[in-house]
Amino acid sequence: MSPSFLPLRIVIVCCVALAIAALAAFGDQTVLRFASRVAIMGLAAVAVDVVLGYAGLVSLGHAAFFGLGAYVTGALALLGYHEGLVVWPVAIGTATLAALIIGALALRTTGVYFIMITLAFAQMFYYGANAVPGLGGADGFRLPARSTLAGFSLDNPRTFFLLCAFVLIAVLLFARRASFASFGYSLQAARDDAVRSAASGIRNYWLRLAAFTISGAIAGLAGVLSANLTLYIAPSSVLSWHLSAELLVMVILGMAGTLYGAIVGAAIFLALVEIISHYTDFWAMYVGIAVIARVLLLRDGLLVTLRKLVTP
Amino acid sequence: MSIAFLAEQSFNALQLGLMLFLMAVGVTLAFGTMRLINLAHGSFFMLAAYFYAWVIAQTDSGIISFIGALAGLAVLAVLIERIIIRPLYLRDHLEQVLATFGLILVFNDLVMMVWGRDPVYVPLPDILSGHVMLGDIAYPAYRLVITAVAIIIGIAIWYLITRTRTGGLIRASADNRAVVQALGANVDRLGGAVFALVAVLAGIAGIMTAPLIAVTSGMGDSVLIQSLVVVIIGGLGSISGALVGALLVAFVDVFGRTYLPFLLGNTTGFALANMAIYLLMAATLVWRPFGIFGKPR
Amino acid sequence: MTAPLLTIRGVCKRLGGLLVSDDISIDVMSGEMHAVIGPNGAGKTTLLNQIGGQLIPNAGVITFDGTDITALPVQDRARLGIGRTFQVPKIFASFAALDNPAIGILGRKGHTFGLWRTVRKLPDCEAEANAALAAVGISDKALAQTDLLSHGDRRLVEIATALAGKPRLLLLDEPMAGLGRDESLRMSALLKTLKGEAAIVMVEHDMDAVFSLADTVTVLAHGKVIASGRPEDIRNSPQVRTSYLGADDDV
Repeated sequence: MSPSFLPLRIVIVCCVALAIAALAAFGDQTVLRFASRVAIMGLAAVAVDVVLGYAGLVSLGHAAFFGLGAYVTGALALLGYHEGLVVWPVAIGTATLAALIIGALALRTTGVYFIMITLAFAQMFYYGANAVPGLGGADGFRLPARSTLAGFSLDNPRTFFLLCAFVLIAVLLFARRASFASFGYSLQAARDDAVRSAASGIRNYWLRLAAFTISGAIAGLAGVLSANLTLYIAPSSVLSWHLSAELLVMVILGMAGTLYGAIVGAAIFLALVEIISHYTDFWAMYVGIAVIARVLLLRDGLLVTLRKLVTP
Repeated sequence: MSIAFLAEQSFNALQLGLMLFLMAVGVTLAFGTMRLINLAHGSFFMLAAYFYAWVIAQTDSGIISFIGALAGLAVLAVLIERIIIRPLYLRDHLEQVLATFGLILVFNDLVMMVWGRDPVYVPLPDILSGHVMLGDIAYPAYRLVITAVAIIIGIAIWYLITRTRTGGLIRASADNRAVVQALGANVDRLGGAVFALVAVLAGIAGIMTAPLIAVTSGMGDSVLIQSLVVVIIGGLGSISGALVGALLVAFVDVFGRTYLPFLLGNTTGFALANMAIYLLMAATLVWRPFGIFGKPR
Repeated sequence: MTAPLLTIRGVCKRLGGLLVSDDISIDVMSGEMHAVIGPNGAGKTTLLNQIGGQLIPNAGVITFDGTDITALPVQDRARLGIGRTFQVPKIFASFAALDNPAIGILGRKGHTFGLWRTVRKLPDCEAEANAALAAVGISDKALAQTDLLSHGDRRLVEIATALAGKPRLLLLDEPMAGLGRDESLRMSALLKTLKGEAAIVMVEHDMDAVFSLADTVTVLAHGKVIASGRPEDIRNSPQVRTSYLGADDDV
């Protein structure tokens, strides 16, 4: 809906494609691992942006869907199931179902209530995971092996990275397409003015529920990939509400409502954490200060600020 | 399960409920007055406990530590409100969530930097370390005292909000900030005062609970979540809702942990006990999306 | 004698202890322009809200084309053919002007879950949306960002959005409010063209517009209907003159 800088966009797309190719070809294990993490967190951030930027809802509960995707993958791996084409749909399906139920309840409210309810439900899963037997409680567990996809191994870090990048781009393109289709338009209309949209015959509740559920599915997919990347899952790493909050930070670091902005935000956030944690154990404090500063000083996201600098 | 055991668990639930009430009342007041969602609420609980531990290590006096810790907390709260919170009153909830989340990260790390990563243990005040006979049960005197203190504070808050002029202003400014300002009241100072009050309530809960648990970084997080569950169940903006919700949550939690493993076997029971208050919350939401005493806003 | 399109019987609404609608009964015929006038606080917007579904009456029945809509959700009423504009124009701020009626079309058709085809490229949608903007006279602003438009233009966009729903009953809340002289004339002309296409219930303070356009005028005061009938009868009614038009004023 805003004027596009077509030449600039083509340049950016080419750079991104080149970067991915370069990383896959020349990156070492550490770099590939980090790049995969960026892609996975970017995917989770895109999920949050669908709900935040397009539906206008602040969800503090997306760790639930991410964590469910991870935990189901891991649990099935412990039981000996490694074939991704079987395991992944089950894991994503679980996350999607959770999103449907939580969304159905939470979306009957708005504003602060919605935020608190999503947070509380995510915590339910967190405490539940702590207590389910065989999953290591608070310490979590290691996955015996990475998933295979149609029999093909994903153990090669290059292959895995390319898969993550591919999934991210595919989801991004599909989501952007949907955002300009009637679903995206109606959802954003409901966000812009819920009274007006209802008066035009739009079913706000069902649209938001659909968006929330789809968002949960995407977050679940990110969780599946995350479990496969780290081969280790614990409540504190995949179900913590801090993760939900961090996803929100990533989205607004970029620009809410553009989807690719969420990926940029994720990259910046993870890079910052990586750099700061080289210098101090207390990187969380600096992240906190950065977030406070960002909220108080920079009204718009980084991308908007950059765009304003570029536009005459 | 004897009557004595039941009674003891009930008293524990009552005490937990009242601590939760002190926290939940703060959440409800902050939102009710200033439309503020403040995730760092749990941090005040934690910071007060740490301050208390530090002062009591220096002075060995419970009373001085209590007052000193709360005073320090109040000063900190006023500063935070002035610098970080005040610009956020008119902004959307997303920004309030993010900024107060940032505060949590800062405080969680700060206490580790100052006091180290190991849990800090706070001694029970000597005079209160005995037991009181309630019929056949020997119940810890300390728990009785903090229960009594919480009840007194609860009544005082209720009186303040419903019977005083300040309380009237507080309730009015939630609904219409502009009108209250036009009436000559300094809304910003009112907001600051309420914020400090809310922090002190959390601090009192933190100090009173400190001798019963380990004081560690991040201890405020779980209390925060529990107080949000209380407010969701009881209704945001309602003090009676905070009380009813707190007692419900406490009783379900305490008795859930006691009886569910017994009834359903250790593994299922334990898992369900962990999730019990959230299942209670879900059930309440089906019936009343805005809480028992809540109103859609 | 044809049945009324909209019947309101015994509708009462209490807001915060105040009886804002007191036993209101009104009929609106197909295609008629029905103005609702009255002093501030008479409950005109509240009445409109109850017809539109933004508020549910405490008592009484509202029937639209034979269907009881008293407690029907807003979006279902819209799909039955009830359109609405608001006192302060409501628009979809992050969209261009053209997208607003387009969304109205999507709502009307119930095509709101499409995930693939771009709205702007849906053939009949684009044509219809352009036609809606043309009908209200702001085709030149089709691609302007809606939140940058003037108050008057926003109102036109909102009317276009409501029209895109092809309503059989259109509820207009003070369409002339805040308009300058030229804009008012254009709005009057627009309302005149809309007459006959749909029944219109219009809350208005601009008496020139009311008496030149309306087929029926209902006067509300303190939540009650104090008069209802043809404009000339209302204008000459002594009761109405005292309570609303002012006994000494020239109308």
